[in-house]
Amino acid sequence: MQVLFDFLIGPFFQIFEAPIFFVEVVIGGMAAGIMYALVAIGFAVIFKASGIVNFAQGAMVLFAGLTLVGFLQMGAPLWLALIATVVVMVALAYAVERVVLGPLVNQPLIVLFMATIGLSFVIEGFGELAWGSDVHRLDVGLPRGSFFVGDIMIDRFHLVAAGSAGALVVAIVLFMQYTKFGRALRAVADDHQAALSVGIPLRMIWVITWSIAGVIALVAGVMWGTQAGIQFSLVLIAFKALPVLILGGFNSITGAIVAGLIIGVGETVFEVYWGQMMGGATENWFAYVVAMIFLFFRPQGLFGERIIERV
Amino acid sequence: MSVQREARPDEANTPTVEAEKAPLLSVNSIEVIYDHVILVLKGVSLTVGEGGIVALLGGNGAGKTTTLKAISNLLKAERGEVTKGTIVFDGEQVQDLTPNDLVRRGVIQVMEGRHCFEHLSVEENLLTGAFTRSDGAAEIRADLERVYAYFPRLKDRRDAQAGYTSGGEQQMTAIGRALMSRPRMMLLDEPSMGLAPQLVEEIFDIVRQLNDKEGVSILLAEQNTNMALKFANFGYILENGRVVLDGEASALRDNDDVKEFYLGIGGGERRSFREFKSYRRRKRWLS
Repeated sequence: MQVLFDFLIGPFFQIFEAPIFFVEVVIGGMAAGIMYALVAIGFAVIFKASGIVNFAQGAMVLFAGLTLVGFLQMGAPLWLALIATVVVMVALAYAVERVVLGPLVNQPLIVLFMATIGLSFVIEGFGELAWGSDVHRLDVGLPRGSFFVGDIMIDRFHLVAAGSAGALVVAIVLFMQYTKFGRALRAVADDHQAALSVGIPLRMIWVITWSIAGVIALVAGVMWGTQAGIQFSLVLIAFKALPVLILGGFNSITGAIVAGLIIGVGETVFEVYWGQMMGGATENWFAYVVAMIFLFFRPQGLFGERIIERV
Repeated sequence: MSVQREARPDEANTPTVEAEKAPLLSVNSIEVIYDHVILVLKGVSLTVGEGGIVALLGGNGAGKTTTLKAISNLLKAERGEVTKGTIVFDGEQVQDLTPNDLVRRGVIQVMEGRHCFEHLSVEENLLTGAFTRSDGAAEIRADLERVYAYFPRLKDRRDAQAGYTSGGEQQMTAIGRALMSRPRMMLLDEPSMGLAPQLVEEIFDIVRQLNDKEGVSILLAEQNTNMALKFANFGYILENGRVVLDGEASALRDNDDVKEFYLGIGGGERRSFREFKSYRRRKRWLS
């Protein structure tokens, strides 16, 4: 009985006893969630346009971060370093299309997925070769420190992260909905063949898609790098993005944001109030269990595109 | 069988007096192989004159779609390849161009089964047809209105998601989308598929108007032989990847073999299976 009470009711007493602490925990979770979402959006953009699960997205985050740090260490001013990094990411997208996707066109998707696994190691290795394997501190002058709203402590950096994630999503959505190339991107996502038949060049669309994913990787790299330094474990955050995608729907950008928040808040709250009972470190598996349970009930995710079936 | 070589196709298709003018499109004994091993077209030749409507007839698997895709060069995306012969559009060899190049030159295919972009609205579908154009938003806007004038139904449904519109509306969207590229030649693949006869009539009427008023030449692949021969001015019949019969549409309509095998109105007593087979064999020799 005591165990059941501790597990089912006890934590809620704790929440009611210290509501302000609870709010802070939730805010911390949301901050973590936004970081996951930043990586997940990169996945979603590529999946939407080509049906490929890009295993290399994590490596691209690391590579973007390393490149930015590299340019900064060479003494470039921040704005120049950012522009140069974007150029490098676009070049990377072009190279990926030339070397990997182009030759493998028309192959089954599993082949392309395997190719992105290989790509992940190549990008990681290349980044190490070019910029060294040390852990780099990244400071682009984002505000640090915290302030109080009433009794609640808020970290300035979290606000910046949320703001840039929001701006990124708005920019992507505007591009997709209201530009010729955005429309072409959605057309390709719907029907490759028909897109080809009206003269949309698939290879150009893929370069654009991977470039967008590269820019998203840069934003994610800046945020993660500021928080934890640029290090090779960044590649592994790609795995954290997978449950976020399953929850949100693989082809939905909104879904990636919402699901990122749900997972972030969920795992933080669970760790703080239930973690002790489960032996701690629940953050490592909580997201995957949620994703697995979710697959039973709604395999297309919260915001996944519905398959249109006319009757 | 007397129809076969009487009229030269370009004469038949060109309404103008200068009958010797080179046709807009000529396909010269092309061979198509899928996946490096499967031979689908075994030397198909045909021509379409400027402003002509040419029907490509034949049963399932005869090679109609493959012929159209060879022209629009969508074959490569399906691991198909033109291994012999040439395709000439407006005096230029085009078999090595990309679909994008071809659309820019004015050749566009409306694929079998409509292939609308399901999650895009009808209007967005139409706008994707203008992807290759760079003559400014105002011109594209004006063309959009022209498409709506031909297909008033699409105007009412402009904001609907294409995936949720009816089959007829999807076919209209697909044709309208192709029209947005300002084509000189449209390759229509089975526009009648899965549509009610009345709708088929309506769509063919509009296509005829496009031919008339916009000067779009049409190459039409159809199984609905009756409809296609009423609408076209010249026809080719494909069987097993070869042209077995060609001629003016009116002549084909009156041909006994076409009546028997494609229109299902052959008179007299039935021929035996054995005769039928030898007949086919003879046909191959002729072509």
